[in-house]
Amino acid sequence: MYRYDQYDQAIVDARVDEFRDQVERRLSGQLSEDQFKPLRLMNGLYLQLHAYMLRVAIPYGTLDSRQMRMLAGIARDYDRGYGHFTTRQNLQFNWIKLADTPDILARLATVQMHAIQTSGNCIRNISADQYAGAAADEVADPRPWAELIRQWSTFHPEFSYLPRKFKFAVIAAEEDRAAMRLHDIGIRLVTRDGELGASIYVGGGMGRTPMISHLVRDFVGSDDLMSYLEACLRVYNRYGRRDNIYKARIKILLHEIGADEYRRQVEEEFLLVKQLGIDPPRAELERITAMFAPPAFDPAAPDAVDRSDPDFAVWLDQNVAAHKQPGYAIVNVSLKPIGGIPGDADADQIALLADLGAAYSFDELRVTHAQNIVLPHVAKRDLYAVWRRLTKAGLAEPNLDLITDIIACPGLDYCSLANARSIPLAQKIATRFADRQRELGELKLKISGCINACGHHHAGHIGILGVDKKGTENYQLSLGGSGAQDVSLAKITGPGFSEDGVVDAIERVTDRYLATREPGERFLDTYRRVGFEPFKDAIYG
Amino acid sequence: MVDAPLRFRDDEPHDEPAVTLDAFLGQSNATAVRLEAGEDARALLPQIGQIALVEVSFPSFRDGRGYSAARVLREAGYTGELRAAGDVLVDQLPLMRRCGFDSFAPEAPIDPEALQRSLDRYDYRYQPAADGIVPVWKLRHG
Ligand code: HEM
Ligand code: SF4
Repeated sequence: MYRYDQYDQAIVDARVDEFRDQVERRLSGQLSEDQFKPLRLMNGLYLQLHAYMLRVAIPYGTLDSRQMRMLAGIARDYDRGYGHFTTRQNLQFNWIKLADTPDILARLATVQMHAIQTSGNCIRNISADQYAGAAADEVADPRPWAELIRQWSTFHPEFSYLPRKFKFAVIAAEEDRAAMRLHDIGIRLVTRDGELGASIYVGGGMGRTPMISHLVRDFVGSDDLMSYLEACLRVYNRYGRRDNIYKARIKILLHEIGADEYRRQVEEEFLLVKQLGIDPPRAELERITAMFAPPAFDPAAPDAVDRSDPDFAVWLDQNVAAHKQPGYAIVNVSLKPIGGIPGDADADQIALLADLGAAYSFDELRVTHAQNIVLPHVAKRDLYAVWRRLTKAGLAEPNLDLITDIIACPGLDYCSLANARSIPLAQKIATRFADRQRELGELKLKISGCINACGHHHAGHIGILGVDKKGTENYQLSLGGSGAQDVSLAKITGPGFSEDGVVDAIERVTDRYLATREPGERFLDTYRRVGFEPFKDAIYG
Repeated sequence: MVDAPLRFRDDEPHDEPAVTLDAFLGQSNATAVRLEAGEDARALLPQIGQIALVEVSFPSFRDGRGYSAARVLREAGYTGELRAAGDVLVDQLPLMRRCGFDSFAPEAPIDPEALQRSLDRYDYRYQPAADGIVPVWKLRHG
């Protein structure tokens, strides 16, 4: 894992001091709320319906036990005992007092954490594949590259007031576990002639105008990465639209001028920027990479797992993934208990996860964009013990990627922009389908409480969007999206439904799927084979 | 803007009034130019040698195009006064300094103490920019 040196620590400490100063100026009335807003937003502090929300950065979704334990402590001391893991691998505290935030940040800084650029129109926390360093299908660990980008983008003097927020995701495998193609810039590490480099995809995003990114450059070597990204961002900062915030994301710029013209401008800018000497030497990437060296795996760790406990076997088949190291496995901890709040964990659960990370996963944990937790390096001989402890804490729901593993935004329970509630709907759907979920197989269901699409509904095999229909909450259903390597955008089925109505409509969709599927087909495969119409007929019939 | 601009330069303030980009490109013996947020700083480059003052407008603190304009000018070797004018706030000044601005004409007064704290706060920076600060990676690797 990355460890701060004196420079990283000094920068984060200075940020705490700066934010303390800004909060004091706000509390004393020197700053108006209007002036304070962009400052607090740049540090992850939102004003929600009932209280402030603080979003803590978890760079590329990786954290250690000490950091996880700190999050549990903050949940206990400053929140109502909960934390909420988000689709961008961060953690949000929903019940924060403004006056407490400097102290919270100071405590986070003691474990090398911060809330820098977790909101605002700047380069946000960099997300990455949650199986990084553990997956057999990666060409390299993507996190050293993500860390390079984190440092380059932190307080970037030119790119802190972009037209709109800017999100990066970095992966290094064929399988896309990070919705890379739906980010403003998505990077896939590839090798060419034995050298590692980045394929750069630009212009993806969700929100009200979802778009899939374009491949803008198929290979950028590590020596040119910062210059190339600087050029990408400069073209956007100069020419991205400022007249309308709904058209300000980079996806709209690419849409308006075309990917070819954008590429041409970036290449032209790159030639100029490359002269400036802004690329760190290779030794810097090597320094960072060394910190992500594989842990000291036991080469003699046995591969066999005793499956005699049937409940354990179900969990094993659903939530545990293959590891590149023989004798080890990747454990997915579901934060989607049936009837619970997707992505929420209480302080005791967070502390337990910290303990498990320390005892069984070489002190490492990951947050996934599907709002679950990963223990990336668990010896197979420990799986049963881990499962027993997760079960006791209500964290062993065997539902990874099933219909009850729902991504949901906070919706009208917290968010001031919401049209409809997301959480109660997620709870209803999970309850309705709990006993059928295994029969339905992989089915990614995602809910957003409004058009901003924080809940990734465009990328759901089944997506649900809350809309406001003459003052009542109404839900639009869409089908066929995917945020994975087979990326696609979901298509709206037709008129919306009430809360109960949408659950019934989903049932008609899944019934049609069960009646139509061929052996081995996931819902998405069947949908792609037979098309939209049969499902539409089933819904509106 | 009655107050004198806040300057981080030793030379005498330039007192010729700034002309618009169009006027500058059209006439041109002017030595001071004002760039609006959406205007292309590169248009000045052919005549950059004759310019002593470029004023870049910030119609709203949210509009960050001026940061790129400043860097484009400094990267092209411009050494004259570079002034940020308009909705310029104390918390933005350090970033603007990094991009090469060395003169400020903020619409609302800036508290000098808050400004000093803000300029002194960060000892280290991750990126090289127009201010010549040695980036952290260079401190690490020499
Ligand atoms: C106070 C609560 C929140 C507010 C006000 C908020 C606001 C927004 C807005 C306005 C957008 C649309 C941006 C655009 O289209 O340009 C957006 C997008 C998004 N938000 Fe949130 N959000 C909130 C909470 C969350 C949470 C809790 C998550 C994660 C669970 C989240 C994840 C996302 C994601 C993934 C997107 C889509 C990014 C894209 O368009 O590419 N947000 N949010
Ligand atoms: S999708 Fe809408 S309702 Fe949900 S969190 Fe985002 S802004 Fe709020």
